[in-house]
Amino acid sequence: MDAGELEDVEIRLLLEGLQRVYGYDFRDYAEASIKRRLSHWLAESAFATFSQAQSDLLRDPQLFASLLQGITVNVTEMFRDPAFFKAIREQLVPFLKTYPFVKIWHAGCATGEEAYSMAIVLNEEGMTGRYRMYATDIDEAVLQRAQEGVLPMAEMQSYTRNYQKSGGRASFADYYTARYDRAILSAELKAGIVFAPHNLTSDAEFGEMNVVLCRNVMIYFKPALKERCLRLFDASLLPGGFLCLGLKETLDGRETRGAYQELAPGLRIYRKRYG
Amino acid sequence: MAKRFRAVAIGVSFGGVQALKLLLGRLPADFPLPLLIVQHLSPEAGDGLAELLDELCAIRVKEADEQERIAPGTAYLAPPNYHLLVERDGSLSLAADARVSYARPSVDVLFESAAAAFGSTLIGVILTGANGDGSSGLRTVKQMGGLAIVQDPEDAPAQQMPLAALAATRADHVVPLEAMTALLCRLVAGEAAAAGRRPGDG
Ligand SMILES: C[S@@+](CC[C@H](N)C(=O)[O-])C[C@H]1O[C@@H](n2cnc3c(N)ncnc32)[C@H](O)[C@@H]1O
Repeated sequence: MDAGELEDVEIRLLLEGLQRVYGYDFRDYAEASIKRRLSHWLAESAFATFSQAQSDLLRDPQLFASLLQGITVNVTEMFRDPAFFKAIREQLVPFLKTYPFVKIWHAGCATGEEAYSMAIVLNEEGMTGRYRMYATDIDEAVLQRAQEGVLPMAEMQSYTRNYQKSGGRASFADYYTARYDRAILSAELKAGIVFAPHNLTSDAEFGEMNVVLCRNVMIYFKPALKERCLRLFDASLLPGGFLCLGLKETLDGRETRGAYQELAPGLRIYRKRYG
Repeated sequence: MAKRFRAVAIGVSFGGVQALKLLLGRLPADFPLPLLIVQHLSPEAGDGLAELLDELCAIRVKEADEQERIAPGTAYLAPPNYHLLVERDGSLSLAADARVSYARPSVDVLFESAAAAFGSTLIGVILTGANGDGSSGLRTVKQMGGLAIVQDPEDAPAQQMPLAALAATRADHVVPLEAMTALLCRLVAGEAAAAGRRPGDG
């Protein structure tokens, strides 16, 4: 057995232990990228091997919290993939407007930018007060930040560009207040959003959703866990509801594919069929 | 004897489109190894490059899909704005992690995962580029027993990437782009592996 294979064994044992002790299950995450992040954590830690770290990790919740921070990838941005948000505005929102009230689930919302972008679109399209968003993540530290709604000022230029490319017609600067190097998102964007913990590997569905977005989350999952999530989303979605995936994710080849038709080809917006 | 090499990983940045046209364009349709490629692009770039190269080349060229199984004689380009990784079971993964030394996709990320997956059966190739991405990845390729090829900096439109790679590790071959396709073909045919290697190398 070479050093790499030995480390793979150690990682498997560690993930198994973490699942039993803390209930967080990373065993079905795609290996190459979780291994890369675990290795970074190990290199920064005081331990030489995962076996050494395991004993402390299983006993020290704070140490585990630091590992959790290292494992999850929270990278996100306002109006990530402007073409996607343009399709939301132009193709999906017209359907939503036909309902008196809609419910939207952002699964794996990270620091909330995706939900805040959606709130901007819905408000601009005249749906203020007619929606509730449930924005969930496994990582409570990012949910805390999402709740605060404070973004780095340095990103505003690129976010403004994204916003404009996504079909935004107002001034993006109206949505935040600048405070030194921070941009504080306006309260009207937060009004319709509830941030809450939810773990896609173990928790149950959220009922009666009109839209579920799960973008750049399942990309880290092995096929079996992806199927579990897609079943969960399917159970959460009303007929005629919409499922939105990341630009490099597809329903093709998945069990639930037949229950959906593609609304915006290439942009991964699917509509659940009736019956 | 088992085949020495099972995959080629290529990292390229500034000047990359020209370099890839030349390198991939000359590979024969029956080139037996998969090629995994990170070319730095602007995040907005579409998959136009893969299509362009596919038309131009005898081998198949495509943008990598998530969890795609690697097929021989096919070149996979990392999609703009995603890291490309290789799993040990021979499938590809994409990741939306933060940029690594300002780059996403990152050559280092590809090379490190490919080195873990293919070990001594990997050929790592660093071509022209104006940054240092790929140097630590190429070192990992060597540490895992793989073979390192670097474009001769004199021959590269941007020298920094080849120079950084050469500073980080001892390359097995330093060649101009013109000679690279022929070298790859010889290596996979099993001839040049011994002849071209430098003594005292790992
Ligand atoms: C790359 S971010 C995606 C953010 C946003 N959806 C976007 O596309 O910009 C991935 C998020 O998924 C979360 N995540 C990872 N595993 C999860 C799980 N099992 N359940 C819920 N969320 C998870 C991470 O904590 C992280 O915040």
